[in-house]
Amino acid sequence: MSSHDLKPRDISKKTDQLVHIDPAELPKLPYPYDDWVDPVIEELSEAKKKKRDVSLDGVTNVDVPVPETDEEKEALVAKFLDGLRKLLSKENNWTFLQPLMLSLDNCVKCNTCSNACPIYNESGRIEAYRPLFRSDVLRRIVNKYLKPGGKLTAKFTGADIDLNWETVARLAQMSYRCTLCRRCAQTCPMGVDNGLLSREIRKLFSQELGIAPQELHADGTIKQLETGSSTGITPFALADLMEFMEEDITERTGLNIKMPFDKSDADILLIHNAGEFLSWPENIQAFAIIFEAAGLKWTMSSDLVGYDSVNYGLFYDDAQYVKVTLKHADIAKKLGVKKVVLGECGHASKSMMAIGDRTWLSESNIPRESAMVTLKDIVLNGKLKIDPERNNFPCTLHDPCNLTRAMGIIQPQREVLRKIAPQFREMTPHGVENYCCGGGSGFAIMQSHNFPQWRNMISGRRKFAQILNAFTREEIDPGVNKYVCAPCSNCKGQIRDMINYYDAWEKCHLQYGGLVEMVVNGMTDVPEGFIEWDDFH
Amino acid sequence: MQAVQIITYASVGIAIIAMLVKVFRYATAPEHMRWELYPVPHEKGKAEYGGSYLEELDWWTQERHKDTFNELKEMASEILLLKGVFHHNRTVWTWSLPFHGGLYLCVGWLVLLLIGGIMTAAGAAVGAGAGVIGQIVHYLTVFCGYAGLFLSGLGALGLFFWRLTDSDQRKFNSPMEYFNLVFFVAVAVVGLIAHLTLDPSFTALRAYVNSLVTAGAFNSPGMLFTVELVLMSLLIMYIPLTRMSHFVAKYFLYHSVRWNDTPNERGSKLEQRVLELLQMKVGWSAPHMHPGKSWGEAVTMDEKEANRE
Ligand code: SF4
Ligand code: SF4
Ligand code: SF4
Repeated sequence: MSSHDLKPRDISKKTDQLVHIDPAELPKLPYPYDDWVDPVIEELSEAKKKKRDVSLDGVTNVDVPVPETDEEKEALVAKFLDGLRKLLSKENNWTFLQPLMLSLDNCVKCNTCSNACPIYNESGRIEAYRPLFRSDVLRRIVNKYLKPGGKLTAKFTGADIDLNWETVARLAQMSYRCTLCRRCAQTCPMGVDNGLLSREIRKLFSQELGIAPQELHADGTIKQLETGSSTGITPFALADLMEFMEEDITERTGLNIKMPFDKSDADILLIHNAGEFLSWPENIQAFAIIFEAAGLKWTMSSDLVGYDSVNYGLFYDDAQYVKVTLKHADIAKKLGVKKVVLGECGHASKSMMAIGDRTWLSESNIPRESAMVTLKDIVLNGKLKIDPERNNFPCTLHDPCNLTRAMGIIQPQREVLRKIAPQFREMTPHGVENYCCGGGSGFAIMQSHNFPQWRNMISGRRKFAQILNAFTREEIDPGVNKYVCAPCSNCKGQIRDMINYYDAWEKCHLQYGGLVEMVVNGMTDVPEGFIEWDDFH
Repeated sequence: MQAVQIITYASVGIAIIAMLVKVFRYATAPEHMRWELYPVPHEKGKAEYGGSYLEELDWWTQERHKDTFNELKEMASEILLLKGVFHHNRTVWTWSLPFHGGLYLCVGWLVLLLIGGIMTAAGAAVGAGAGVIGQIVHYLTVFCGYAGLFLSGLGALGLFFWRLTDSDQRKFNSPMEYFNLVFFVAVAVVGLIAHLTLDPSFTALRAYVNSLVTAGAFNSPGMLFTVELVLMSLLIMYIPLTRMSHFVAKYFLYHSVRWNDTPNERGSKLEQRVLELLQMKVGWSAPHMHPGKSWGEAVTMDEKEANRE
């Protein structure tokens, strides 16, 4: 069967691999990638396949162990059904029961959402990646196995799926072939949200079966709650890093800045995605330079979890996500700051300001603001001396879905760019209708097996094309410095990986980074050249 | 009382109960986490580009201006013109617009019939030769009836063929999808023929409604007319039992989820409700969920300790 003819009920088919990705069927990329052909997705070794199920598409980013006996298979299915019941119960899923019921009950199967999904379209329209496909598999299982008389009416209502262990394993994988970007939901005339449904499936697997991607759970939230950060940075290691950071600022700018920590008289608690400390220290430095120059009374926290705004629970597990966000809230309360400012991280902003808003309760309900807003105030109200000519290179802006679609923070970052970057131009489409970078919902940090290839080739493909299209042929030339401004740590990770995968540093001299780096690059109090054009990392 | 009257009473009764159950289920679902999706039309001055109050410096110190007019405008263009489908799925819109427009007219038609039925039960005349109100009710009934039946039937037919011929669609259609549309077409066709041949000015139908209001006797002008009454009654019952009653759900989908950006304030009722929900017991099995504990306890335990246990 071809990957394009699949019907929802085929999900339970007993085959080694249900769909096959054919690189020749992927949409063409723009200049200078007209002749680009992706390599075939690397197959997992037999030894690896024995340990984990890859029967959906030969790819894996969540390990579902392969049951050995029929009893084990049945137990897995029974446990899945238990989980599904819990997902639909008030006690166990009060956090999202209403949106879940609404999205399960009301899809009219019009397929309007299909055109909006970058993953489905950039895969060459593989059925199993279609937003409606995944949701409809879940819906059909609910209708057949949990609704009274479901089996009796199954033929008529189309609830025709046989729930076997293959279905369960593939459903788990399918929920991780969606970045939760919710672009599909925006176009759904009913208001049904396939992104939400993917997340609910992920929750079921994590909360009932203990199945979740290692990077999100064991090396993600669990590690963060135990050691302070999913990067493994402990409060102790943080002190060392900061020392290095201060030296680096002096070396690069001549400025002597003492990184403020745990200041009891600060107005602002600034929390970064700790990934920045290791991968993009210039972002942390730029924040410090700007906040100091603007005369803000600010601090960071060295408390466990307080220096890492990451909250991977947001992507797969309500309990883990609330545990982490409550830690953030407690730390803000303890410091007694007037507000928390979220650094350049889309999902962290969303977790503390929108989705997690209702978990910052009573005394811990300290107001939170996105750094985009704080920066706009600083830059547009003349609190810094900026020479836009220093940023006179072609530059475009990537909109993190979490900031735009999920929070409505659209203009502040643009107003800053319009003020400081003469050659700023938009991607098409942008703002609230943007495309995800392809690294959403934790994808950007998932580095195991053949998943990174899938991510760069498929989930990020549309964004990569959008980036290329933002520049003219002349500008694409490697002789011209150009910049993709991505004010989100996860998105930066994904954009970096794509530039590497497509060899775009060599081919186009495409540089990427955050917004604060551009602000500092334009500051006249700082020597020229904060953005280092020849250092790609 | 005749069988057809009993069918209508039962159908309307079941429909009302089913609808109430649906509303009750959605309305009593617990307070959930925020999950809004921009653009949110009540964001004053920002809805146009999808912005929110979170774009403001120290947003919690600013007064929130809700643009109710824009929200109503958005709802109106969604309900009346199917704006979303127009922008994102033109093929479906081409048929969905007459279908929904026809259904709205049919609802108007039923309401007018009810008004006419009550009027005649009260002794007032309704018809071409009646007083001003009687005439208005009469002509509007005729217009809404024919236009409604025609447009809904046409739209349903178009949607039926779209489902049948679009290869993407066909993968997802169940017999129910086809049946639902055929049901609408059947009601429209039977209704149109029955009225054109047996009851062109809807007098008999009004008399039927009158008989329902007064629990009185009723004489059908012909077999086809009775068939129409039965079909229509069954359709009224069937709609709320399926997702075709999405107009109920859509209210919640938009107001409680997609546009619900109400911030949590200290000491608010919302905060109180969440605090109460945190008392519920966790039933999930994975160890990190701490089954058996309350949600409040499970999310505030010392994780290092808990994981060592
Ligand atoms: S989710 Fe919405 S857009 Fe997609 S098929 Fe269902 S109703 Fe249509
Ligand atoms: S949320 Fe995004 S990735 Fe997931 S199905 Fe919808 S459009 Fe596709
Ligand atoms: S990684 Fe960035 S673009 Fe992608 S979903 Fe997250 S915020 Fe959106």
